[in-house]
Amino acid sequence: MEILVCVKRVPDTAENEIEVNSDGTDIERDDLVYSVNEWDNYAVEEAIQIKDNVGGSVTVVSVGDEESEEVVRREMAMGADNGILLSDDAFEGSDGKGVASLLKAAVEKGKYDLILTGAQADDGAAQVGGMLAAMLDLPYASLVNKIEMIDDQKIKVGREIEGGNQEMNEIDLPCVLSIQTGINEPRYVGIRGIRKVASVEIPVHGAGDLGVAADSVGDAGAKVKRLDYFMPELGEGAEMLEGSTEEIVEKLIELLKAKGGLK
Amino acid sequence: MAGQIFAYIRFKDGVPDDSALELVAAAKKIAADASVSALVVGSGVDAVCNEVVSSYQEVWKIDSDALAYPNAEMIRKALINILPKDCILLVPHDTFGMDLAPGLSIKMDSAFVADAVDFEGLEGDTLKVIRQEYGGAVTTHVNCDISAGAVINVRPGSFPADESKAAGGAVVDKSGEAGDMAAGRRYLETVAAEVGDVDITKEDVLVSIGRGIEDEDNIEIADDLAEAMGAVVSCSRPIVDAKWLEKSRQVGTSGQTVKPKVYLACGISGSFQHLGGLKGNPFVVAINKNPKAPIFQIADVGIEADILDFLPELTDAISEQ
Ligand SMILES: Cc1cc2nc3c(=O)[nH]c(=O)nc-3n(C[C@H](O)[C@H](O)[C@H](O)COP(=O)(O)OP(=O)(O)OC[C@H]3O[C@@H](n4cnc5c(N)ncnc54)[C@H](O)[C@@H]3O)c2cc1C
Repeated sequence: MEILVCVKRVPDTAENEIEVNSDGTDIERDDLVYSVNEWDNYAVEEAIQIKDNVGGSVTVVSVGDEESEEVVRREMAMGADNGILLSDDAFEGSDGKGVASLLKAAVEKGKYDLILTGAQADDGAAQVGGMLAAMLDLPYASLVNKIEMIDDQKIKVGREIEGGNQEMNEIDLPCVLSIQTGINEPRYVGIRGIRKVASVEIPVHGAGDLGVAADSVGDAGAKVKRLDYFMPELGEGAEMLEGSTEEIVEKLIELLKAKGGLK
Repeated sequence: MAGQIFAYIRFKDGVPDDSALELVAAAKKIAADASVSALVVGSGVDAVCNEVVSSYQEVWKIDSDALAYPNAEMIRKALINILPKDCILLVPHDTFGMDLAPGLSIKMDSAFVADAVDFEGLEGDTLKVIRQEYGGAVTTHVNCDISAGAVINVRPGSFPADESKAAGGAVVDKSGEAGDMAAGRRYLETVAAEVGDVDITKEDVLVSIGRGIEDEDNIEIADDLAEAMGAVVSCSRPIVDAKWLEKSRQVGTSGQTVKPKVYLACGISGSFQHLGGLKGNPFVVAINKNPKAPIFQIADVGIEADILDFLPELTDAISEQ
């Protein structure tokens, strides 16, 4: 099975407190720790497990600036065979459709049976996988939390739906799947693994290499554009308990008693 | 202003979801005088059509045995055939909307905005949308060019239901125009979520832990507090993904819907998928080391603290009483 996994480098929300910068043009980028998007990491792990079971190869592709190379390399340290970076100044400001059209061009440069994305990334849009599938005219399933091989024509996939129920489907290959967290337990990547792939060549493709018109992607091609970041005024919010820890604990216990929180 | 506005109606067992009336309000926020129609797609959908017909100008139905289960891959094909090219389609941003809508926008060659939480007006062909990023930590304004139509996923619960039922519409049967819906993905069955050792949906007091608990070994801190309080431990999704607790303890849209009297959110940021499982207006106490965590916006009482230090202190104080 030839598998392509689309990954994105994002600020790690488990490591950073994300805040709006002083003029609202961006989030505060100073001292941010970046990592691979959580959902994508599950997708790469799933791809590696499939490859280990049925053979084939795993290629990781990312749209981003030069820094995105580090996440491609990290996923190669995990066990992906190849990495590709799609990077060009013209790609900056792409909306979901722009990113999907770049990935489409990358897909068409290879021959893949299975294309995986994360279910969503830092912007919570959950859009690129579905758009990519539609552009390629391939079947699609989102929020996939189980993959079973049937034969080389089709696979069985579980989609996570409301209430934690699972919708089972049969889907024809090739297809595009967006992967939900929890589908597997992504392996740990140690320093040694990173070192092994430190000098592997990761090809970088720009607009010309991909054969996409520069004005069809990036800010120029985007129908959806972010204007600013802000913190909304949302009513009163919580009453914050202040004081020493003992004082806070005491106040909280009173409140819990009053509200029936202590038996 | 571009074409008509449509709202996709989600339903279960013949009953429309809450989003059915929320999308009326959402459409009016886009354009107060817009003509808003509903799409009802499935098998045997007359009851659903009748439920929503007074709230929409028209209800377009596609009724087909093949759609007994709402397979988004099939429904997308049908919608491409019936929808006017330049319309605005509103879809709930749930597991079906995420499946259907991004691809539909490509096929209709229209713009796509995901997870809209509010609209700030239409100027010419530019719709200003409000959405969030980083799990709700920051909010953004987004401009969407609707000149060639738009598909917009709207976050469930972000608009109040419009109960006015003032549209008094008619049902239009579009089943004949749906065309060939055969798709490369075929629905097989639905596997029900596993039942666990405790039923958090029946508990009055929940000590709920999130990624802030940091390590599996720290879960006993929450267990100790829950025991002292006579409560039960529940959690957010990352705790289940890490296999530290059973899925049946997860609160949220893809977990359980709970209705406790008191909810202690410990090291939980407050994403909408988590809060979507918290109903019945409980007394919410949030404990988080980040004073700007979104959970403090919905909590009744907030404590800025490291849960690994604070929870044991609380447990000791309660035990001493
Ligand atoms: C389709 C879909 C369905 C989903 N369904 C669900 C669902 O049902 N339930 C659910 O919960 N999520 C669900 N999610 C995931 C959801 O989007 C969030 O990623 C998740 O809720 C975040 O969990 P969290 O708040 O525990 O973690 P985070 O967002 O990482 O927040 C951790 C919080 O802990 C704080 N913290 C860290 N360390 C400490 C400490 N020592 N002391 C105090 N505070 C600390 C941080 O400041 C932060 O606010 C779903 C996502 C998708 C895409």
